[in-house]
Amino acid sequence: MASNKSKESKLDKYKNIVVDWIEYRLPVFSFMKHQSEYRTPRNLSYLWSFGSIAGIALVIQIVTGIVLAMNYTPHVDHAFDSVERIMRDVPYGWLIRYTHAVGASMFFVAVYCHILRGLYYGSYKGPREILWWFGILIFFAMMATAFMGYVLPWGQMSFWGATVITNLFSAIPIVGETIVQWLWSGFSVDNPTLNKFFALHFLLPFVIVGLVILHLVALHTHGSNNPTGVDVKSEKDTVPLHPYYTVKDFVGFGVYFIIFFYFIFFLPNNLGHPDNYIPADPLVTPAHIVPEWYFLPFYAILRAVPDIGFGEVILVSSKLAGVIAMGASIAILFILPWLDRHPVRSGRYRPKFKIAYWIFVIDALMLGYLGAQSADGYTLGMENVTLGRICSILYFSHFLIILPLLSKYEKALPLPKSIHEAVKEKK
Amino acid sequence: MKNSLITITFILSFCISIITATIDNSYAAGSDTESPKQVPWSFEGVSGKFNIPSIQRGLQVYREVCASCHGLKRIAYRNLKDIGFSNDEIKQIASEATVLDGPNDDGEMFERPGLPSDRFVGPFLNEKAARAANGGAFPPDLSLMVKARVDGANYMYSLLTGYGVAPTDFQLAEGKYYNKYFPGGQISMPPPIDDEQVEYSDGMPATKEQITKDVVNFLHWAAEPEMEERKSIGAAVLVYMFIFTLLFYIAKRRMWAKMKDM
Repeated sequence: MASNKSKESKLDKYKNIVVDWIEYRLPVFSFMKHQSEYRTPRNLSYLWSFGSIAGIALVIQIVTGIVLAMNYTPHVDHAFDSVERIMRDVPYGWLIRYTHAVGASMFFVAVYCHILRGLYYGSYKGPREILWWFGILIFFAMMATAFMGYVLPWGQMSFWGATVITNLFSAIPIVGETIVQWLWSGFSVDNPTLNKFFALHFLLPFVIVGLVILHLVALHTHGSNNPTGVDVKSEKDTVPLHPYYTVKDFVGFGVYFIIFFYFIFFLPNNLGHPDNYIPADPLVTPAHIVPEWYFLPFYAILRAVPDIGFGEVILVSSKLAGVIAMGASIAILFILPWLDRHPVRSGRYRPKFKIAYWIFVIDALMLGYLGAQSADGYTLGMENVTLGRICSILYFSHFLIILPLLSKYEKALPLPKSIHEAVKEKK
Repeated sequence: MKNSLITITFILSFCISIITATIDNSYAAGSDTESPKQVPWSFEGVSGKFNIPSIQRGLQVYREVCASCHGLKRIAYRNLKDIGFSNDEIKQIASEATVLDGPNDDGEMFERPGLPSDRFVGPFLNEKAARAANGGAFPPDLSLMVKARVDGANYMYSLLTGYGVAPTDFQLAEGKYYNKYFPGGQISMPPPIDDEQVEYSDGMPATKEQITKDVVNFLHWAAEPEMEERKSIGAAVLVYMFIFTLLFYIAKRRMWAKMKDM
């Protein structure tokens, strides 16, 4: 009788009047209980660390960003000087700023690894479609935040990058010009634009935090995918997240921070463009306006699209078509769960998918390379424009042709019966 | 095994993409200009250090040669302490400059000798004055120049020693000088440095190359005065992180070994 009662109270109550009082009003303790008992597949590789690494990267950006904001002046006459003051006169200001600047790049490294892991192991497939969508929304928000952050130091690349990117919206028919002026709060990129970008650059990271919370709620609903892609069937397939994956994730954090700190302390400016150490000058255009490295593949797609029409009749200008293609190159990920309908999740058991996947990765890297080159140059004996078009077509055909065909015709290798069996076999 | 292979491939591909992105910046410098001469600098590499005697000579070169046209507005005289000058020397150097201050209680601007807390006083009051004095060209501030150019130190060394006679088919504009390291090949700045341009008090032979090296060392310090501190903190941080990672790796191995027969 007594043991029965304690069992019951273990399930519903915490036997402590204060704890129970709080729990009844705000279920923090059952939330903590969920965290401490949360189980994860036992076979996750180090690639599964990139999720929590990206989380840490976000926290680092917010903390360093708030300290920077305390010392930064969002005014066209003072922004550049205030950043240099941070670098020279604020104690360890250089450390905070370099951490923030390199941190943005490292955040993208973590997120790209995280996305590519999801693409390989089919983590976007049911029942994780909404989890996947929130991931894409986070990625969009990150890109907007990073772009506006790069404008704040008000160097040459800040100013001209902002000019080029905001001008893209002028391609939209009829309302384009109005939208651009609305973005600028004026008739060119100027002080109101800088103020606006500063405000939004401060706001968006907290929007990202909100999206991350939803991403995590969706994750904890069905749990992590795993390298076999086979669903968890029994408790034998899982281990408690803590301590098994917390300790494993810390190994991942260690490696991540070694690379991160190496860049901060020894190559702090290698990921940025030297032109951004020249104060913005609306009268002098830099020879080459290049976006940050993490935008390069999409920039290459933007530039690859020609005018669309018949002969002299242009239906869609290359600018508008480029903008659409660039947006579509990411937005297409939203419908990925319905483009790849193959019943097997993991690429490990899909030999043909594997080949297609690596071709896609190489193609994306190639696009990144081309994004940094001038359009009239040559690569591998081909004009950069031509190569950019081939790579862009390949990028979209992976999603629109290859994956749907593979889902229909590819015969997968035999799947392990369970995660537990798969781990046993490996030994 | 297979997992770690995939992990390594992931990390490698990103390292490669970062490296290419870095290299690409140097492509962007323009294909019509010559890539800079590579000079071995003391500040390069993980354990790079400032060459203080050279930087001090470089300050002399800046003050005697460059300062007649180029400002250095982000450096304060007090900062010279970092490159080995004493408080008295700094006061002396600062007082040689004339600072426009004010308005005073009568509402008037006045001139006074510079103080250690002042920033380097530039040669011109504003950009218009600078252009008027230099045939329309604007000599840029040098505080950040080494960081504001691709391969900055080598570029500046090459530019300053790179003057020459223009090829016969080259269209040189009036009042310009041929310099194959400058984008476009012609520059408004006359060749600034010559042998014996300055007289060094420490007995270092004042060759054109030596003077150039010294002034570039000085300007590199001006662009990133935090470099030595940054690299020494960085070394300690990396050692710490290697130990951190190793300990967690061992902890992970031990924890997971227990689970193997589950």
